[in-house]
Amino acid sequence: MALAIRAEGLVKHYGETKALDGVDLEVPEGKVVGVLGPNGAGKTTAVRVLATLLRPDAGHATVHGHDVLKDPRAVRSLIGLTGQYASVDEDLSGTENLVLLARLLDFSRAGARAKAAELLEQFELTDAAGRAAKTYSGGMRRRLDLAASLVGNPSVLYLDEPTTGLDPHARNEVWAVVRKLVANGVTVLLTTQYLEEADQLADSITVFDHGRVVAEGRPDELKRRVGGQTLQVRPTSLRDLDVVYRILGDLTGSGRPATTTRAC
Amino acid sequence: MSTIALDRGMRHGFSLAWRGILKIRKNPEQLMDVTLAPIIFLVMFTYLFGGALAGNTDAYLQMLVPGIMVMNILQASMTAGVQMNTDVSKGVFDRFRSMPIARSAPLVGAVLADIVRYVVCIVVLLVVATIMGFRVQTGPAELLIAAALTILFGLCFCWASVFVGMLLKTPQAVQGMMFVLIMPLTFGSNVFVGTSTMPGWLKAWADISPVSLLSDALRGLLNGGAIAGPLTGSLIWMAGAVAVFFPLAMWAYRKRV
Ligand SMILES: Nc1ncnc2c1ncn2[C@@H]1O[C@H](COP(=O)(O)OP(=O)(O)OP(=O)(O)O)[C@@H](O)[C@H]1O
Ligand SMILES: [Mg+2]
Repeated sequence: MALAIRAEGLVKHYGETKALDGVDLEVPEGKVVGVLGPNGAGKTTAVRVLATLLRPDAGHATVHGHDVLKDPRAVRSLIGLTGQYASVDEDLSGTENLVLLARLLDFSRAGARAKAAELLEQFELTDAAGRAAKTYSGGMRRRLDLAASLVGNPSVLYLDEPTTGLDPHARNEVWAVVRKLVANGVTVLLTTQYLEEADQLADSITVFDHGRVVAEGRPDELKRRVGGQTLQVRPTSLRDLDVVYRILGDLTGSGRPATTTRAC
Repeated sequence: MSTIALDRGMRHGFSLAWRGILKIRKNPEQLMDVTLAPIIFLVMFTYLFGGALAGNTDAYLQMLVPGIMVMNILQASMTAGVQMNTDVSKGVFDRFRSMPIARSAPLVGAVLADIVRYVVCIVVLLVVATIMGFRVQTGPAELLIAAALTILFGLCFCWASVFVGMLLKTPQAVQGMMFVLIMPLTFGSNVFVGTSTMPGWLKAWADISPVSLLSDALRGLLNGGAIAGPLTGSLIWMAGAVAVFFPLAMWAYRKRV
């Protein structure tokens, strides 16, 4: 299957901090890959590299075959980004924000207005469309941000913790939007702190810790057992076993998970 | 760069300029430095120095207004760097950078939006000057040319401010640095006093400084008198400022973001 995103050996150090310490990541076209990991694991750093916002110290990455360093413009024309922190203009209204982005993406004046109205409707922001974004609640801002990342009809979408701070209704809305996009062939790279979210949306899950991929699992490896859920993960390296235990323990809130170890 | 790319770059620049203008409309207090400041300078210097330097305030006003126009445009252009500095650290800039738009568009947009501030500055200045007794001795065409020239001067020199804005970390540092640069530039000129009583080294500079030359050109345009010499000189300065500071600003911007 063709790969929408392929990253190899991404490294980014900030002094002593190894934000990325040799990350490989592959996202097949039209699939959703969930990146799961605790605070500081390097999720945002990885997304920023893949979105051409940050130059890695080593390694390389391509989006639909275009190198993020050598051909950032081609990558930018394919991607949409909802960063972890709202990236809308606080002074501008919802409509103005979206119209501006549409104009920057070469929509006509009328086309830009229509696109803005359509997205505001889709994200239930029509009532607040004329208000400055700084008067929006956290969840409304998040939704506007998501709408902003869809203006250009991206074929690859990065969502960095898209539902953090959303109420259950808004969260379900976002999930529904993501599912619809995927049904239309959009590839999604999603970071999240919630196992449930990854479980709901992702075709495959990659677990980050300390800038490294410590486990990868597929949903068909997610087993449901009576009275609980089982997440089957395979550490990429045996020496990560303890780290994987710890992270899964934290994420599931169930302490050290029950495990079986199989030699392979 | 192909003409298509240039055209797209300009269009993106205009879209981002529209953003800047919307922001000015929503926060009109941003216009303080181009409304209150010129009035204060004009009133203060006219009534403080006018009597002593020119015998009466009316004569001094005729000589001062063109210089004050230059001084205030220079100060107004300082804001471009401060604003860009604030802007690049905001989330919305990440979004712009993740889009397939011309690299220079955010800078060009910020500078284009500044034209609004310059126009406000010149209009406020001329209205208040007129109330105080200033009269254009030539005609409306000369007045328009003088205003346009002043705005162009601001547009050229604001690239220095954008450069400093991209180089330094905080908006406060940019503000401080620009103040330090602009103060000697405006006072070491013929804006307030003729250069004949200045010590040799200062006179040598003040006679060829861009501020003096443009002030003289504007005096010629508004009061009548020689225009060609100072006008040529100031145009050379403007071209030089763009040639030097635009690439520097772009370079620092690329390094910053
Ligand atoms: N600009 C920076 N300067 C210094 N350190 C940084 C910088 N950006 C990230 N880091 C560090 O890199 C590490 C990874 O950060 P990153 O933001 O990628 O984590 P994350 O997985 O997104 O975490 P979170 O769940 O909290 O969003 C952290 O230790 C962080 O402190
Ligand atoms: Mg993060």
